Amino acid sequence: MGMAADDISAMIKAALPDAEVTITDLAGDGDHYAAHVVSAQFAGKSRVAQHQLVYKALGGRMGGELHALQLTTAVPN
Amino acid sequence: MSDTSENPAGARIAEIVGGNDVVLFMKGTPLFPQCGFSSRAIAILDHLGVEYASVDVLQDMEIRQGIKAFSDWPTIPQLYVKGEFVGGSDIMMEMFEAGELQQLMTDSAVKPAA
Repeated sequence: MGMAADDISAMIKAALPDAEVTITDLAGDGDHYAAHVVSAQFAGKSRVAQHQLVYKALGGRMGGELHALQLTTAVPN
Repeated sequence: MSDTSENPAGARIAEIVGGNDVVLFMKGTPLFPQCGFSSRAIAILDHLGVEYASVDVLQDMEIRQGIKAFSDWPTIPQLYVKGEFVGGSDIMMEMFEAGELQQLMTDSAVKPAA
């Protein structure tokens, strides 16, 4: 079972309230997503630390329920 | 890094990571990756032309679980260079596109592929 794009977005925003989240359903199958997350909370953090913040927001679903989430992160301009 | 009582594979993982300049924990093998993300990671490493070791986590459940705790990272593949966790395939791709992964390999004096 996959997750709905809206659920993914909502979980990320719950943990990172300022985040702009763009979810793309890559295969149209509700299982392979790309997420682009822009948040001021990433400032000064390494890419690994930025991704870890998003993974923590997803509360352990990453790698389980959410098998295929391509993730990119950025700090707002 | 986690202690070995909680992570029985921790000592083996530390040995693999410490014993190889570049090592990719992946699903499948470089010739036959079993997942799109692992396949992408291998394509990047091959393109960089560096010598690397790979560990097929599908052959070892203890490492498959242990590697996630080792780096506090929930997914596979995982790339380590000179003992440091670099990231998964998304970070590898971002760094590659920015020229940062090439730079890291150069700075780390990694051997070219044979």
